[in-house]
Amino acid sequence: MNWISNYVRPKINSLFSRREIPENLWTKCPECGTMLFHRELRDNLNVCTSCDHHMAITPRDRFEKLFDGGIFTEVAVPEPTTDPLHFRDQKRYPDRMKAAQRQTGEKEAMLVAEGEIGRTPIVAVAQDFSFMGGSMGMYVGNAIIAAAERAVELKRPMVLFSAAGGARMQEGILSLMQMPRTTVAVEMLREAELPYIVVLTHPTTGGVTASYAMLGDVHIAEPNALICFAGPRVIEQTIREKLPEGFQRAEYLLDHGMLDRVTHRCKMREELVTILRMLLGQPAAVKGDLPAPELTETPEPNEEASKADSSSKAEDSKA
Amino acid sequence: MTNYLEFEKPLAEIEGKAEELRALARANPDMDVEKEAAGLDKKAADMLKDLYKNLTPWRKCQVARHPDRPHCKDYIDALFTEYTPLAGDRNFADDHAVMGGLARLYGTPVMVIGHEKGHDTKSRIERNFGMARPEGYRKAIRLMEMAHRFKLPVITLVDTPGAYPGKGAEERGQSEAIARSTEKCLQIGVPLISVIIGEGGSGGAVAFATANRVAMLEHSVYSVISPEGCASILWKDSEKMREAAEALRLTAQDLEKLGVIDKIIPEPLGGAQRDRKGTIESVGKALEVMLKDLSKRTPQQLIQDRRKKFLGMGSKGLAA
Repeated sequence: MNWISNYVRPKINSLFSRREIPENLWTKCPECGTMLFHRELRDNLNVCTSCDHHMAITPRDRFEKLFDGGIFTEVAVPEPTTDPLHFRDQKRYPDRMKAAQRQTGEKEAMLVAEGEIGRTPIVAVAQDFSFMGGSMGMYVGNAIIAAAERAVELKRPMVLFSAAGGARMQEGILSLMQMPRTTVAVEMLREAELPYIVVLTHPTTGGVTASYAMLGDVHIAEPNALICFAGPRVIEQTIREKLPEGFQRAEYLLDHGMLDRVTHRCKMREELVTILRMLLGQPAAVKGDLPAPELTETPEPNEEASKADSSSKAEDSKA
Repeated sequence: MTNYLEFEKPLAEIEGKAEELRALARANPDMDVEKEAAGLDKKAADMLKDLYKNLTPWRKCQVARHPDRPHCKDYIDALFTEYTPLAGDRNFADDHAVMGGLARLYGTPVMVIGHEKGHDTKSRIERNFGMARPEGYRKAIRLMEMAHRFKLPVITLVDTPGAYPGKGAEERGQSEAIARSTEKCLQIGVPLISVIIGEGGSGGAVAFATANRVAMLEHSVYSVISPEGCASILWKDSEKMREAAEALRLTAQDLEKLGVIDKIIPEPLGGAQRDRKGTIESVGKALEVMLKDLSKRTPQQLIQDRRKKFLGMGSKGLAA
């Protein structure tokens, strides 16, 4: 390797095309602009290592880091009627669904799993914002009901990670009916005297906030998550004034009494274990009792590529 | 002076002409216009029938929002006796967008709760156009709780564009208030009957309409989002509200097919605004029947029935 291949070539490349940065290896933090290496970012649960900005994380990635040893079992969700209204806007609803499925590799916007966190058995539900904005339709409703039923059956607490733009318009009134339906699920947990913890992540809005996401025994939010009923744009249009800084963000809601805590994603697992064990009357978890989830080793990219990467990273941060 | 909707303009013309002719005849007693006026009346009646025979979903939205349509207060005044309003959420304020209190329906004491939109500029502002704030939902929760303890059936009259999207409403927990109100609906061991009398606007409506029986007036609408809102999000063009109204299946007729509502209460020809008294009476009769039907159930049955009803919802799609 010489000076030309290490420095000049990447520089010339970066002048002509930014595409040279392998797309999956580096992510630019949308908040502070730092380039983050994929493994580092992944190990940090998609939280920027430089500014602590919480980026979106898929339910599967979250569960891998949440459950002991990354081991969890998916809970089956009853399939609802597809496209009950034969909805069509500019695209047909089934086409939008297929596109979302292709894009995410997931079936729908909610993942239900059972497993242990810090040796505490739980049922966990996580909403997938990357799947049609995490929108709440019949499947999401069914998922929450299936999770609650499973939690009651196994006498386990339920932890729900919310992330959604609201109800899925393409299912019309049937999406709206998921508000009472999911509320019934919460009632089941209450009657069985099982803890129900909601972790509100960015963004949680509309009918989702106005049903299961605001009915937890404990509400924890991730930092700076937008949590609201009506979005800021709608409110600005209605009242025709600028909204204060940080309006409807997690810290703001904490100040206004809607949340119990705002917790960094990397501390969430430990906090959940602590709270759940107390609510369940179990002895405190000892440090050694909390096996860190196993990391699946990602292969090291070859030397040259990584060098090229770091130099283009340097270029990029200058730009 | 009748308020005409946009699609009723041709009708307004004919009815206006007939009225003009009659006014002319009143001024000149020699003139005989009755024959001509009667002809116009007939033409107007036919047109009205034609217009309302097959209202498109968007037209139904307009009828549901008609300013002369009877509102919650009109029903309470006409149907209920000894109405005793109860105010406040014991926490922050009294929300005038939500009316509620003790009253008797054909002699039976009940708790009545509903959204009130107001009928003129002053009352509309006072009522915030029927858009409730958290205080409104929390007042409803308090009243439902009381009804549960004193074993009074609850009747809710739904007529709201949606919950109010305002700064204070958000700060005081609009979402939480709606969620708790829906939850309270599911918890009470007394009959809960809901009638959508105009607009059933999204979460703001669900918070009152998670009921044992949900009835809708023939031309009322119930939707997850307004057609305008849906059009601007999915079509990126708020002028596509006709298409959105069509796609959302928000009419009473479609919702009955989907199993979301239990009953349609017919409206007089030309909509509730053309015969307010008649409409109110039909709603009263329907309420009486539904109430009688539920009166023999035990509190546990009522709670279980309500849960089962909502859990089972969506199992049938819309064929066709």
